[in-house]
Formats: sequence, C-alpha cells, structure tokens
Amino acid sequence: MSSQPPPRKQIVRMRVNGRWREDAVADHALLVDYLRETAGLTGTKTGCDGGECGACAVLVDGVAVPSCITLAARCDGHSVETIEGMAQGGRLHRLQKAFHEQLGAQCGFCTPGMIMAAEALLRKNPKPTEAEIRSALSGNLCRCTGYVKIVKAVQIAAEAGS
Amino acid sequence: MTRPIHDFRLLRPQSVDAVIEARSMHENSRIVAGGTDLIVNLRRGIGRPSVLISLDGVEEIGQTFVSPDGARIGSGVTIAAVLADRELAAKFPALAAAAMTIAGPSHRNLATVGGNLCLDTRCIYYNQSEWWRASNGYCLKHRGEVCHVAPQGDRCHAVFSGDLAPALLVHGAEVELAGSGGRRRMPLADLYREDGRAHLTLADDEILVGVHLKHESLRSGYAKVRTRKAMDFPLAGVAVALDGNVGALRALRVALTGTNSCPVLLQGTDELLGKPVDEALLKSIDKLVQRQAQPVRTTLASANYRRLAAAGLARRLTDSLATGNASVS
Repeated sequence: MSSQPPPRKQIVRMRVNGRWREDAVADHALLVDYLRETAGLTGTKTGCDGGECGACAVLVDGVAVPSCITLAARCDGHSVETIEGMAQGGRLHRLQKAFHEQLGAQCGFCTPGMIMAAEALLRKNPKPTEAEIRSALSGNLCRCTGYVKIVKAVQIAAEAGS
Repeated sequence: MTRPIHDFRLLRPQSVDAVIEARSMHENSRIVAGGTDLIVNLRRGIGRPSVLISLDGVEEIGQTFVSPDGARIGSGVTIAAVLADRELAAKFPALAAAAMTIAGPSHRNLATVGGNLCLDTRCIYYNQSEWWRASNGYCLKHRGEVCHVAPQGDRCHAVFSGDLAPALLVHGAEVELAGSGGRRRMPLADLYREDGRAHLTLADDEILVGVHLKHESLRSGYAKVRTRKAMDFPLAGVAVALDGNVGALRALRVALTGTNSCPVLLQGTDELLGKPVDEALLKSIDKLVQRQAQPVRTTLASANYRRLAAAGLARRLTDSLATGNASVS
C-alpha cells in the first residue's frame, strides 16, 4: 500500500441536538468546523483555535469536549449537543435563562462554551458547590472576566433545577 | 490564529494487532489517542503525517482492572475515567492527584493515560505557530538545525511535561508494549531517554497498550507549579511516595516532570531510609532534586525558578506525607 494515500471523505452519522444526520466529512475536518459549516450551527465558537479557551465546548455523549481539537469523523455514531439544542419549544434552558438574568453573558462569545460546560456539570452533579462550579469551568476563559456572574448564574440554574 | 489542519487519512482499527499492522503499512503515520496535544500541534503545522491511526476503537486498551495486588490500566483509558475510579485513587493516591491537574475538565474527557505518558516534549521555540517558527529558522526539534535554548549544544532540550509519569514512577509502574515482534513489559523509566527530539524508546511499530501497578501500601502525592492554576503544563511537577513516618522512612521515591527531557526518578533516596524526617533530611532531598533537575530556558519562567520550585515541592510533599497530612493508600 502507498505511504501517501490521498485524502478522503467518509460518511459520518451523528446525532446532532437529538436528530440523526449523515454527511460526507473529510478525515481532517474538526468537529467545530463540521458543526459551524456543514450543520450550520454557528453558536459554537472558535476562540483560541487550540483547545485552550473552551469557547468551542460541546457535549459528546453528554460530556464536554473542546470541538476545535476533536476530529469530526471520530464522532461517527455518537451524540453531539450544542448551544442550539438547549432551548426547547421556544423556552430558554434554565442555564440560558440564568446567564441572561444574572448578566452572566457580557460580550457573549464565551457563553455557549460556558453553558455547555456547566450543563455537563449539572447532569453529573445537580447540586454543585461553588468550588465544584469553578473547577468544572476552569477550562473556559471569559475575556470580559465576568466570572463572578457566570458562577452565580450556574448556581441559580442549579437551584432552579432542584 | 492557527492555520487549518492539513489533509490526512484517518484510520480507526478495532484491535491492537490492526493498529500495529496499519503502522507498519504506512510509514508516514502517527498514532492518535485523545488528540488533545497532537491535534493542536498538527494545527500549528508541526508534522504532516499522511495517515492518523486512531486508537479510539480499540476496546482492549480502554479498560482498567484493579485487584487487591495492583492494577492494570489500559493506555486508552481517559484521564476522566482514572479520576472517577475511587479504588485506583485509594491504592495509588499520587496517580489521582496528578490526573486532577491535567489540562481542563473537557480535555480530561478525551485525553488518555497512554497519550499523557507518550506526550510530546515542549519548548517555547517549538509550541508556536508555523509563521513564528519559520521566522525563527525553526529549531532542532523540528525542521531546524539549532536548539535555540542551547545553541552551542548538539541536542534538543525540549522538556517532558506529562503529569502521570512521575506519579506512576513512584509507584513502580511497568509499561506493556505491543509491536510486530510481540509484547513486552519493562519499567516505565525505560520508556524514556534524555533527548527532547526522541524522548521515547518505543520502536516505530510499537504502541503502549497498558500500565501495570503493584499495590505496595505507600503514601503518595503529586504537586506542580504552573502559570495558570488550570490547563497549564507543569513548570515543575513532583511526585513522592513513601512508607514510614516522621521517626524513620522505610521507603522513599521521588520523581520529577517539567524539568528535563524525560521524567526523572530521583537517584539517591535509598540513602535517606531509616532517618527521621527532619530539616536535615528535607535539605538532602532538596539537594538531590536540585542536582538532578536540569531545567533550561524552555519556558517563560526562568530555569532557576523551576529548579527551586521542584526542590520546594519535593520537600513539602515529603514532609506532609510523612506527617500524615495527605491521603494514605
């Protein structure tokens, strides 16, 4: 076999925000690019482009992963959730509502990643302490530095869910 | 901003044998486990493998088995899974402590034990964008001819920064490798050599499939200093395992990361056994660390700071473990 095989695409089947879809995806395509450019879900942001800021966080099988360093093809057969899947029936998710009401979103660029990371935490630990919230969000940077309100929003959302 | 990732073919074999076969068939291939370090480097144009061989479909390496005598951790087990395993943490506290300090929570869901042990070495002249490295004439580690850290020398000084290796070294871990010639086991320390450009002793067709640990009833811990309290690689990281108490040590192992091109299992600690844990003993550990840690200008923090930090962490950990202020296995 040649040591320089040509790049190729493969059919990837992924459950995105509850709906299965199939797309031809290049082997080197990143999950963030697939979501934004193929699926048209631009809520997931590209921040640092190197897995350092958390703006691109999405849930894969219910756990948060940085989509800018995840290959889309490796999500074949898996469930992916983005910020677009959070609101249901026109009603904001409790985390979205809390971020809005507690002014947890300032410029808003880090917010989708923050909310997805917080959602992963609340699914595993519905009543987290402040330290647990800070630890769960430690991979997410807010350049507006509004961390106090972000942590407060997650606390309010946790209370709303209990 | 980094440039888009280059074209490559992704293979997802389902068994260790299939991985080895794929590796031998594709000369310009790389193994990818969690990808949290490799994909970042590829995005920066560091390396252009034509084939990536993903380990995510290999069931055999994704399991952990804990018995009263020890444990076998598959190389594909994620850092998050290590953290969730209470039995593992109870038997090998330094391992859980080290796992907790790796990157951020979302990385730990992808990153694996094998990936962390085989982590590429790092340097401020290497972990940069393509244009940054090109404008500097690249470096000895990749595409260049000079190590900018030590231009007079003839070797790469990029530093090993994995957190799990020192924790596993102080617990006497062995690694299990699989290759076209079969399987073999060897002490974890033998997986490494002091060369930033080629710090792993793995053969081209070999992969790390697991880590074996024996339960020895040691108290152990891990601590590191870093610029940012989350996410960052260690400027210096230290694991200590010991048996005994402040009156006399019966066993003492100290290992370092973030200071040399490979993790360092400190030599000379046997001479401290039987002695009380007092200022004199802590000073001896301090001296051993300062002599064997060899940080150079691979980070923005000074080499001397990292040497002193490693020594300080080793003193503190030894003291707290001997006095019982840390988790006990």
